[in-house]
Amino acid sequence: MSDILLSTGSLTFAYPERASGLFGRPVLREVVKRVDLAVPKGSVLGLVGESGSGKTTLGRLLVRLLRPTSGGIQFDGVEIGGLSEAELRPLRSRIQMIFQDPQSSLNPRLRLGVTLTRPLQIFGRLKGRRDQRDRAASLLDLVGLPTHFVDRYPHELSGGQRQRAGIARALALEPDFIVADEIVSGLDVSTQAHILLLIKELRQRLGVTMVFISHDLSVIRVLCDDVAILQHGEVVEAGPVARIFEHPQHAYTQNLLSSIPLPDVEPGWLDPARDVSIPRNQGSAA
Amino acid sequence: MTAVLSIQDLHVTIGRGARAANVLRGVSLEVQPGEVRGLVGESGAGKSMLGRAVLGLLPADAWIGKGGIAFAGRDFLTLPERERRDLLGRQIALIPQDPMTSLNPVKRVGDQIARVLQRHLALSRRQALQRATELLAEVAIRDPQRVLGLYPYEISGGMRQRVLIAMAFGCDPSLIIADEPTTALDVTVQRQVLQLIERLRERRGAAILFVTHDLGVVAKICRTMTVMHAGRVLEDGETADVLTRPRHAYTRALLAATPRADRPADALRPVPPALIESLWSEAHRLDRLSIVGRT
Repeated sequence: MSDILLSTGSLTFAYPERASGLFGRPVLREVVKRVDLAVPKGSVLGLVGESGSGKTTLGRLLVRLLRPTSGGIQFDGVEIGGLSEAELRPLRSRIQMIFQDPQSSLNPRLRLGVTLTRPLQIFGRLKGRRDQRDRAASLLDLVGLPTHFVDRYPHELSGGQRQRAGIARALALEPDFIVADEIVSGLDVSTQAHILLLIKELRQRLGVTMVFISHDLSVIRVLCDDVAILQHGEVVEAGPVARIFEHPQHAYTQNLLSSIPLPDVEPGWLDPARDVSIPRNQGSAA
Repeated sequence: MTAVLSIQDLHVTIGRGARAANVLRGVSLEVQPGEVRGLVGESGAGKSMLGRAVLGLLPADAWIGKGGIAFAGRDFLTLPERERRDLLGRQIALIPQDPMTSLNPVKRVGDQIARVLQRHLALSRRQALQRATELLAEVAIRDPQRVLGLYPYEISGGMRQRVLIAMAFGCDPSLIIADEPTTALDVTVQRQVLQLIERLRERRGAAILFVTHDLGVVAKICRTMTVMHAGRVLEDGETADVLTRPRHAYTRALLAATPRADRPADALRPVPPALIESLWSEAHRLDRLSIVGRT
């Protein structure tokens, strides 16, 4: 199909895990299992799951920061799953990523003007000093930051401003496809809403296709056209956001949705008897 | 009925002289016996600082300029150190935010629970371990005997938070400060932990000051709530009233800016920056009017 920008076929990623005992043979542990996804051009797909569900690993596979163990990734008609770093290079400018923590993904020793235009410089698209400043200023403007921020360092910005800068950098090369990994999870409600609306506005203006990773189903509902629910590395349910949220079919999706504390007083919500199912204890850190 | 916790016009400042910054600007609130009160606000609102002030755990450079904290009618701030230490952990307990860093990594779970019980309840080590086993069973940990012998890194995040809850309820305190106790947890685990806190509260009758930024969590577990911004209380009341008929513009804005899984996308309204600005300038105007903060 021509209107699909990115798709995966039976995408699998496993890493070797040390077996018990000093001389035990390492076993392969699958963290992404036979995932089939299709992201139409200009749409936003939400990837939801709890810690350990494999959503971040899947995101890193899609931008080829990781190489699949098996299965394929088709980007704009090209199979990129097995490409080498050199073969990927021309495609890199079309595929970008926004990271969860802008504090650690922006170089603290560089002014924003330099950080934001670094991708342009790497791909040889800058014409001198003056151009660099202009391009940085227009990127800042694009994400709603004042243009004089070109001379600021990341530590001089608030959390929300830093995340805007992270978004600006991802947009520098005018990519076709962006993976955003938990980009609003550390933010306050008021800041978060501004970033969500910014992303909505940008996708409309720039027509960029996105995969939006989050543990927060409410955020997915606001932003995404489609959603895929991940559990233990597998997609248990996928489809248009409205359908999945209003008529979840899989027991895990139902449990996830009923576990969201909506800001309404609802006596009985804390009654254990109303649990759809008791999930097993989840792993700890993301 | 005497309030378990009564805070009157509390002012807290960090630093002195030119670098002084006010973090609490005259906060008053009460928690009645058995009440669960939500303390809501965004980062910088001062909600955690308030919890720490109650626990006597303010940062070293923070000082109370004015106001009072009373625990069950006793002035907490003038209490001799010895008596205050006897209260903490025994009558006032904490459920901390971060289950990863709040347990000692080099001590077994059982030792850590037992130590609190020995300190406050004058139990022998053997009795304390017995009691710890019961407590872990009460927070729905299967095979508590085995978990007592484990180190914190050997158990999951949800389980660590249960251990901390068991410790908080361990001495049957009359007040628990819960500081974002479910923020680091997955949503399904969060629900189980909230259910657990509610069940223990019912059974043991502690009052809880529940610090959180999540209006959803407040709606589910708190009967009353206090909304804070810039170290001030903007609104308080019954949770059902505040959420359905918020009186303060900031509360209304927060509700409108909270994404909801049950509503389509276009319902989202971000908090107007002008509102936040006017709240801060009001706070700074108060700073200039009061002597506190300039000394």
